[in-house]
Amino acid sequence: MTETQQVSKQEPRTVQAAADTERVIRPAVDIFEDQSGITLRADMPGVSRDSLDIRIDRDTLSVEAQASISTPEKMEALHAEVQSTRYQRSFSLSGELDTDNVEANLKDGVLTLRIHKRAEHQPRRIEVQST
Amino acid sequence: MFWNFGSFDDRLFDDFRRVQRELDEVFRAGPARSGIRAVARGTYPPINIGATPEQVDVYVFAAGIDPASLDISIQQNLLTVAGERKADGEEGAQYYRRERFDGAFRRALTLPEDVDPDRVSAQYRDGLLHISVARRESTQPRQIEVK
Repeated sequence: MTETQQVSKQEPRTVQAAADTERVIRPAVDIFEDQSGITLRADMPGVSRDSLDIRIDRDTLSVEAQASISTPEKMEALHAEVQSTRYQRSFSLSGELDTDNVEANLKDGVLTLRIHKRAEHQPRRIEVQST
Repeated sequence: MFWNFGSFDDRLFDDFRRVQRELDEVFRAGPARSGIRAVARGTYPPINIGATPEQVDVYVFAAGIDPASLDISIQQNLLTVAGERKADGEEGAQYYRRERFDGAFRRALTLPEDVDPDRVSAQYRDGLLHISVARRESTQPRQIEVK
């Protein structure tokens, strides 16, 4: 899949999501690939395991979470750089990724997702045989 | 939620918003004053501050930090939070996105003047640092009984 196709596929979804839900935070992510798979790390401070929702629907990976923040009653905001408690972001996956083989780990508000490649897509060394 | 008090335009997606913000900062920087310790939007870690008559609560959204590495200090009503975050990347891996903050940070916040620097508590949970500073009793509203 080329970059332009990916972009045109994703944009309407992002606009839609922003338009019909309340304010959401798009978490900052790191994504990197090695020989056996792709790792995604996302910053979602305030999120605990029970309020995290990770879904894979065909080629779309979506991460949603609700931060739980205890605030005293009748609190008045003096300053707010974070104006929502809802995180949401989605990604399109490609076919060589094994969507049945995903590990998720949440620690100190950082989600780490490890998506393995299908065995047949892992690089193999090809031996040259002499006849 | 208590911080949904602004009327910022959130209907546009982030990248567009970022560009817009940068333009705003350049062209509309005119007569409006900004706090001497204010930082550019998007600075890590983002911070919310809320107040009740009894206390001032500071929420530092700092995911993935070793709480032992945090350095929190208060002098009168100036609160400073410093620390470091290592994005623990992988050598040799191919990166597609690197949006997460990596490195040392320090933020200084001016709290209301009636906070009591001797009564501060801080806890770190799920990547959120919550600092509570009590306010002096003399400034809290009191019910006055008519005798």
